Amino acid sequence: MEFKNEVIELLAEICQEDEVKANPDIDLFEAGLLDSFGTVEMLVEVESRFGISVPISEFDRDVWNTPNHIAEQLAKLK
Amino acid sequence: MTVFGSFSFFFILAAFLIPTVILGLQGKSNKTYNMIMNLLFLIIIFSNVSNGNVNKTIYAAICLVIFTIWQMMIIKGYIAYRKRENKTSTFYIVVILSILPLVISKSMPFIDKHLSFIGFLGISYLTFKGVQIVMETRDGLIKEQLPLDRLIYFILYFPAVSSGPIDRYRRFDKDISTVPTSEQYQEMLYIGINRIFQGFLYKFIIGYLINNELLLKLNDISWISTFQREIIYMYGYSLYLFFDFAGYSAFAIGVSYIMGVRTPENFNKPFISRNIKDFWNRWHMTLSFWFRDYVYMRLVFWITKKKWIKDRIAISNIGYVVLFMLMGIWHVAGGAALQYIVYGLYHALIMVLYNYFEKWNKKHKKWPQKNKFVHVFSIFLTFNFICFGFYIFSGHLTNYWQSGNFLHS
Repeated sequence: MEFKNEVIELLAEICQEDEVKANPDIDLFEAGLLDSFGTVEMLVEVESRFGISVPISEFDRDVWNTPNHIAEQLAKLK
Repeated sequence: MTVFGSFSFFFILAAFLIPTVILGLQGKSNKTYNMIMNLLFLIIIFSNVSNGNVNKTIYAAICLVIFTIWQMMIIKGYIAYRKRENKTSTFYIVVILSILPLVISKSMPFIDKHLSFIGFLGISYLTFKGVQIVMETRDGLIKEQLPLDRLIYFILYFPAVSSGPIDRYRRFDKDISTVPTSEQYQEMLYIGINRIFQGFLYKFIIGYLINNELLLKLNDISWISTFQREIIYMYGYSLYLFFDFAGYSAFAIGVSYIMGVRTPENFNKPFISRNIKDFWNRWHMTLSFWFRDYVYMRLVFWITKKKWIKDRIAISNIGYVVLFMLMGIWHVAGGAALQYIVYGLYHALIMVLYNYFEKWNKKHKKWPQKNKFVHVFSIFLTFNFICFGFYIFSGHLTNYWQSGNFLHS
């Protein structure tokens, strides 16, 4: 649970939007909160903060679409 | 025979698809049959003799065979190497080797016109697929050796051989590894037939009419000025390009579905894009996603991680400039270069400008995204920017400029 909150916190920082925390099921790409650049920033931060390296080609927007889903995917790779 | 180019092609195709459909409807695997049919269609497609030039056809076939062997060796070799080691320098060398045939094929016409026979239809699309496998092997997503028959089937999948859509190996492999049930296949068949008829409508009716009734007749209209003619050409050509290419993609996707492969979409209503970023998520999607994932994101990742540049906008802009310059250079064909390079520069420029606008708007919120009027106006504005881009792409701007008409009219 704590890990999930940390991930959502990180996403809120990158998207510069608190809506991410209020609604963790929001599709970040559809809502225009996250784009390719934001994705890369997130992956770099995930690597430095959590020590999890996610290959860019692993990042499929259909799977890594909401804060909750991103947290789940990262938990799997932990 | 040109792929999806004539009714005789479609008749032959329909006949050969009968066993595929029968097996599919019975819920049986049609993979082996499709693989054999694929080879046969490659022969049909590449034995196309244009303008009675038999030599050219033979050269293209030889180039295709050499190219395929070359890519197989690189992919197989790199997967074997990657199991033991993972040096960055080796990865770069492998990528360079993988795109080398494309580079040679593109640059030959500039060195000597007589050397322009080196290459074949679809070389760039097949290269994209090869490089994609190398990238995913580097990322550790492809770990085991790929069976040769599947690899060849993927690279040389005939519905997408000449102009895409550009599929990805793991996705493609998943499709050919599962046998759909009879019900699932019925649905795929339905979508497939639907898409093929959409292709007829787009390419052979709408696209054909725009080209034959408008674009080719424009020069006969004497009562309009050159400038007006060029404006009409700009919009007409943009629509033609969409219907022709989206129609072609619909054929490729439709036939793929009938063969049990859910080839990804290439277009998603590009003319209702709200902004230029939105446009690149809707136009020639498999190409722009390829450049996004394998050029832009990797480059941005690298620069961010190495902390060379702090300014976020600057990093992102460098990424866009590199992406669109490469895309522009990639379009260079048969000795025509200037229009495509200007096209690349143009899109790089508007992406950069949009990037600044987006940042500015996030702060000041002067351009409310949810307002209906703003939305419609954004679409209108984007549409005009896009059409001007295609006008550059058509080569008319550079011709117009060079002919000197540009300043006079």
